[in-house]
Amino acid sequence: MQTIYTDLLCIGAGLAGERAAVEAAQAGLGVICISLVPARRSHSVCAQGGMQAALGNCAMGEGDSPDVHFADTVKGSDWGCDQEVARLFANTAPIEMRRLAHWGVPWNRVVPGVHTYYKGGKPFKKQEKKEHEGLIHARAFGGTAKWRTCYASDGAGHSVLYTMDNRAAQLGVAVHDRMEALSLIHDGHTCLGAVVRSLRTGELVAYMAKATLVATGGFGRIYRHSTNAVINDGGGHIAVLDTGVVPLGNMEAVQFHPTGIVPTDILVTEGCRGDGGTLLDVNQERFMQIYEPEKAELASRDVVSRWMVHHIRQGKGVPSAYGDHLWLDIRHLGQKHIRSKLREVDEICQSFLGIDPVRQLIPVRPTQHYSMGGVRTDKTGAAQGLKGLFSAGEAACWDMHGFNRLGGNSLAETVVAGGIVGQTIVEYIQGAEVSISTRTVADAVQRDQARIDALLQGRNGMENAYDVREAMFDVLEDAAGIYRNGADLERGVARLQEIHARARRIALRSNGLGANPELALALKLPGMVRLALCVAYGALNRTESRGSHTREDFPERNDRDWLNRTLATWPDGADLPRLTYEPASKVWPLPPGDRGYGGGTIIPATPTTAPAAGE
Amino acid sequence: MARNLTFHIFRHNPADPASTPHMDTFVLNETAAMTLFIALNRIREEHDPGLQFDFCCRAGVCGSCAMVVNGRPALACHTKTRDLPESVTLLPLPFFKLVGDLSVDTGVWFREMYQRVESWIHTAKAFDPSKKEARMANATAEAIYELDRCIECGCCIAACGTARMREDFLGAAGLNRVARFRLDPRDERKDADYFHLIGDDAGIFGCMGLLACEDVCPKHLPLQDQLAALRRKMAGTALRRTLPFFRDVKKIRKK
Repeated sequence: MQTIYTDLLCIGAGLAGERAAVEAAQAGLGVICISLVPARRSHSVCAQGGMQAALGNCAMGEGDSPDVHFADTVKGSDWGCDQEVARLFANTAPIEMRRLAHWGVPWNRVVPGVHTYYKGGKPFKKQEKKEHEGLIHARAFGGTAKWRTCYASDGAGHSVLYTMDNRAAQLGVAVHDRMEALSLIHDGHTCLGAVVRSLRTGELVAYMAKATLVATGGFGRIYRHSTNAVINDGGGHIAVLDTGVVPLGNMEAVQFHPTGIVPTDILVTEGCRGDGGTLLDVNQERFMQIYEPEKAELASRDVVSRWMVHHIRQGKGVPSAYGDHLWLDIRHLGQKHIRSKLREVDEICQSFLGIDPVRQLIPVRPTQHYSMGGVRTDKTGAAQGLKGLFSAGEAACWDMHGFNRLGGNSLAETVVAGGIVGQTIVEYIQGAEVSISTRTVADAVQRDQARIDALLQGRNGMENAYDVREAMFDVLEDAAGIYRNGADLERGVARLQEIHARARRIALRSNGLGANPELALALKLPGMVRLALCVAYGALNRTESRGSHTREDFPERNDRDWLNRTLATWPDGADLPRLTYEPASKVWPLPPGDRGYGGGTIIPATPTTAPAAGE
Repeated sequence: MARNLTFHIFRHNPADPASTPHMDTFVLNETAAMTLFIALNRIREEHDPGLQFDFCCRAGVCGSCAMVVNGRPALACHTKTRDLPESVTLLPLPFFKLVGDLSVDTGVWFREMYQRVESWIHTAKAFDPSKKEARMANATAEAIYELDRCIECGCCIAACGTARMREDFLGAAGLNRVARFRLDPRDERKDADYFHLIGDDAGIFGCMGLLACEDVCPKHLPLQDQLAALRRKMAGTALRRTLPFFRDVKKIRKK
C-alpha cells in the first residue's frame, strides 16, 4: 500500500476545494486535491446562472450593498442561518468577484444605454450608466431586492471553474483524479488524512495530511430525481459521519429547484425566470402571481417549488408519461437573448428535449437540487469534533443558507468560503505539529480493506446493490420530498432502517476487479442510506415548517421551539443518528421576522427564547 | 413499435489478468426519450454491473462521456437512441489511455496540456482587493466566453488525423486554449511568446486542416477559424523571426 504525505489534502476539486487549495499553495504549502473525476468535470461546472455579490454596477442593482445582500440571505434562509457567516459572506463576495475577474473570468459587462428587460412576461426599459461601462454586470435572481447575480452567459460555473483550475495549475496544486475517499483517518481527536481508493486500479492509498478539507459538494444522488451530477452521492459526508464524532448539520433541509426539465431532471437556470421567463399551467396561463402577487416567479426556490406542486395538486398540471409537469416560457425573451445569455438552456432544450425554446415551451417540475445540510463547521470552516478537519462549499453546513438557499448564493459561496477556509487552513497548518501513528493509519486502511475483501468474497449476503438503491429512492421520494408529514416520515424512517440492514448484505455480481463500478456502489450504499436516515429522521423530529422543510401537519414556522440547527452524529454500530440541537445563530442583527413572500404563519419566539437583536 | 436495440460494446479491464480486449453484445428494448446515458445505465444495472463508462453531469456540460458511437466521437449523454440505427457500436475514445471498457483517461492528458500552453492569465499586475475591477468591453467578454466553452471532452482529438500519427500533438482543444488567451486583453503574452509554445509540428503547424475537430465538437466551437487564424499569426511571427528583411519592410511601410 502506498502512503502519500502532504500539508493539505483537499477531498474534492470543485470550486470550493480548489479555491482553498489555491490559498494554501499561494502560502507555499504542499496541496493535493483528490477527485472522483478530472477537476474540471466537478459539479461546479454545471452551475449556469451566476454568483451573487453586491457590486451595484448595473441599473437595477443601484443602491445595492453588502447590507442588502445580508438581509436577503437571512430572509432567504428563513432565519435558519448563522448571521455572522451571512455577514462575512456578503462583505467578501464583491472582492472575490473582482479577484475572479483578475484571474480570467469573462464576466458579462455593463453596456451603457437604454435596454429592454422582461418581468412577468411584460417588457420594461432600463438605462445603464455611461460611467459604469465595462464593469461587471448582474442579472436578477429569486428572493433578491436587487439585480446582484454576476454571470458569464449562463455558463458561470464553467467559466469560474476553468479559471480556478488554471490558477491551481499555475501554482502547482496537484490534482489526483479518479480517486475516491472511503474514510477519514483520525484518532478521535485529530484528523490525519483519508483512506482513498483508486478508481483506476482499485488499490487503496493512504493520504496523510496536516489538514484535511472536505469539499465534495452535495449529496443529491440519494434522491432518484435530482439535478445533481452522478458523482454527488455524499461520499465526503459519509466519511465524516462515520467518524462518529463530527456532526452533520440540518440534513433535513433539502432544496428542490423549480425548473428541472421533464423527464431527465436536468436543470435549466433560475436565470430564465430572473431574465423574465414565466411559469405556465395546463391552460398556458400564468399562476405564480395568484399565490405571490409581489414576487411571483421570483420568490425564493422553496416557495416557488411548493406553489408549483400545490398548483399541480389543484389539477392544473400538464399530464405526461412521466407524471404531471408545468411549463417554463422564455419565448418572449427573443432569439438573440436566448441564444446568447441563455445559451446552455437553449442547448439543453435542443439536445435533451428536441425542442426550440425560442418557439416552444419547456416542460419543468421541481426537482431535488441542493443540500443546505452538511459537515457542521464554525464560521472559519473548522469542523466540529475533530481538529485538522475543515469543510467548505455545498459539502459544509458553514451555514449561510439555513433552511433555504437563494439562487446565485451557492456558486458565490464556493469561492468566498474556499478563500476564507483556505486562510484558516494556512494559519492552522503553520501552527500545527502533527504526529502520525503508523498504527492508526494501518488500522484505518485495514478496516476498508476488510470491507472490500468481504464484498469480493461474497461473505455479506445476497442483496443486489441496485435493488437496494431503488428501495432507498422510493422511501425518500415518498417521505422526504417537498411536502412532509409525521406519518409518512415515521414509516419512512422504519423502512430506511430495514434498507440500511439490506445495504450491509450486498453481494457483487461482477468480479469487482480494478475500477469496478459495482464495488464502488456497494462500498458507498450503507453510508448513503445513513445519510437518507439523517434527512428523514431529522425531518420527522423537526415539527415545524421552515424554508424548504415543509410539514403539512406543522405548517407554522415555529420560532418559539425551533430557531435552531439540527446536529446529527452517527455513533459506531447505531441504526439511527443521534440528534442534538444548537441555536441557529450566535448573533441576531436581523431578528426573526416575515420574509415578505411565501405566506404562512409564524409562532413567535417567547420572551425567554427570543434572540437579542443587534448583538 | 418499440425497437430492440443491439449494443456492441468494447470490453477490456486492464486490472483483470484474465481480461482480453473483445466486444460484448447486449439487447435492450428502446424506451421513449432514451439516450445512451439511460441505455448504458440500464445495461449496467440489468445485465453487467461491472461495465465501465464515465458520466458525470449527464447534461452535456462536463465532457465526461465522450465515446465513439457508430464510428463517430460524441457525447453519450445527449446522443438520443432514436437518432441511431438498431445496431449501435460503442468504443472508447482513441488517443487517450484506456481505463477500462468505455472509460478513458482524459484528465491527465488535459492537465499536461494546461502546463504546456500555460493555460492561465500572464500578467505583471497584482490583484488589489481595495480597487474596482478593471473594465472590459462586453463584446470582448462574450468573445472570450465563446472560446472558453470547450468542455475538454476530447472528441476533437479523437477525431484528429494528426493526433493519430503523433501523440505529442496539442490538438484543437489545446490550440483553442491558446486562441482564448490571445484574445484576452488581461493576458500580456505576445505572439512571440505563443510561438515558443505552439510554433512547431506538435502545435499549430501539425494541423492538416481536415476539419474533423469542428465536425465532432459537441459545443460547436469555431475551431477551424481559430486554428486558421493562429496559423497565420504564427507563420507571420516565424517569418519575422527568421527573416530580418520582413522587419525592414514593415519599417519602410510605416514610413
